[in-house]
Amino acid sequence: MKILVAVKQVAALDEDFAIRDDGRDIDPDFLIRDLNEWDDFSLEEAVKIKEASAQPVEVVALSVGSDEVDESLRKCLAKGADRALRVWDTAIEDSDSIAIARVLAAVAKREAPDMLFAGVQSSDQSFASTGIATAAFLGWPHAAVVSNLEYAPGAKLALLRRELEGGLLHEVEIQCPAVLTIQLGINTPRYASLRSIKQAAAKPIEVLSLADVGLSAADVGVAGSLSRVRRMYVPDKGRAQLIEGDAAHQAARLAEIIREFKGAAA
Amino acid sequence: MSGILIIAEQRRGELRPISLELVSAAQGLRRAGEEVGIAIVNLAPENFVKALSVAGVDEIVTVKVASAEFDPDTFESAVGELITQRKPEVVLVAHSVDSFGYAAALAARHGFGFATDVFQIARDAGDLVATRAGYGQKVNVEVDFPGKSVVLLAIRGNVFKAPDQPGSPRVTSFEAPPAQSRATGREFIELSAGDDVDMTAAEFILTVGRGIGEEAKVAQFRELADALGATLGCSRPIADAGWLPKSRQVGQSGKTASACKLYIAMGVSGAIQHLAGMKHVSTIVAVNSDAEASIFGVAKYGIVGDVFEIADELRRLF
Repeated sequence: MKILVAVKQVAALDEDFAIRDDGRDIDPDFLIRDLNEWDDFSLEEAVKIKEASAQPVEVVALSVGSDEVDESLRKCLAKGADRALRVWDTAIEDSDSIAIARVLAAVAKREAPDMLFAGVQSSDQSFASTGIATAAFLGWPHAAVVSNLEYAPGAKLALLRRELEGGLLHEVEIQCPAVLTIQLGINTPRYASLRSIKQAAAKPIEVLSLADVGLSAADVGVAGSLSRVRRMYVPDKGRAQLIEGDAAHQAARLAEIIREFKGAAA
Repeated sequence: MSGILIIAEQRRGELRPISLELVSAAQGLRRAGEEVGIAIVNLAPENFVKALSVAGVDEIVTVKVASAEFDPDTFESAVGELITQRKPEVVLVAHSVDSFGYAAALAARHGFGFATDVFQIARDAGDLVATRAGYGQKVNVEVDFPGKSVVLLAIRGNVFKAPDQPGSPRVTSFEAPPAQSRATGREFIELSAGDDVDMTAAEFILTVGRGIGEEAKVAQFRELADALGATLGCSRPIADAGWLPKSRQVGQSGKTASACKLYIAMGVSGAIQHLAGMKHVSTIVAVNSDAEASIFGVAKYGIVGDVFEIADELRRLF
């Protein structure tokens, strides 16, 4: 039995940053990289299922990106993934979430897992579409924003809850294999122990080319995408009126605001 | 390829308000002579005709399917067929949990131009340009769709204001091909049972976020909220960690601070999902040690400082 977990190394902006010369992205020197927060939960969900299963289950972490992504894949290995796969080719640069999904689906066809997890969205670009587009390329059933899951590896059906807006859940039974996008809070992701971090450092990360997964340059990049970035810019933001001074002074002004509200409400 | 097609959303028999926000989003794109149609995909689509009859809609398309509630395969098939036959230039859906469940699959399968969480749409010399945010809402990103004859856009909620005038669109029906569904929807479950607080009714809310650091600190803010006469709320990470019940979570998947007039956010960074539940509040005060936190973008007043120090000082005054 096998669960494939698609993960992304996300980028956050440093305090100071500059937009790239072509105006379409941030200068990579100003990016701080980490494993996407949602993916921590989807990996944990797969590892939990593996640990609860009577039969052997392999958890495979998969990502698309250059060798700097290895850091996040090692994190996955340290937290319980058995293997890590990474696909890269410079042609993949400038791919949107749909082109990335095409690559993930090509690997999934090769790996033939019993289930595929992805995060609901990434914390940097927040497309919320990669997992579900992957399902489309695979032709698999899919469910988005899963906040509760009952699944035994190899089972033909899984029972899940989709987290809807406004504190409502929808219970759904889905045929497997399926692609599920996993929501924050579905579990409590573990911390990696020092020992497992050391072990993960020694594990190999399998690197695949586009040709290895049966794709060509035309399937990825701008050619394989459904949108193209024209321009990136820092918006003029509405800005709060700052209350200056020391903490006592700031709190005194806040107390005034509260009393004004209470006076008006009374 | 012409016209704008909107896909409405319903849940448990009620039209979701964002459906009508999409009608307003469509108006800016409408070219002379172009029509705006809105489709409702449901077991009893005719039930929504009245609610969808608003100014700015030329046609309501009722699409009858076998499922009373959202089902990915049913929607992918019905909406896909509708687009294939009508060939609209632009299709608008809500950036919502239901569209997360099928829009990307639809776009990927048909090769439509596609962007999500769009909050601005324009035309530039005939090219459709959609604006969304990137890098945790820190930058805006303009995207276009070269060579795409159909573009599917998922529009952010609470950006466009729903039309307040009624309209009298014509009503047509569309025969959706039967879909093979691979999932079965069961019951809906209300999350907030077990805690008596009603965040939607609270007028004064004090919310704590990840910035409070540890569970032991919650008590201090609960006591402060009591002293101030505020209802204690929280952002998602606090509820996910179990430090406060889910019923106190403000945001997209939690509660909307509907009745709130004064909202004090302490140690809340301001993820877009949190802002969705509170950015409408007239007086928002944000207290955060990070001067760059997104919450300062929606707050009326901002205090850049240590949340515990401010909390201690404030407590002394009440």
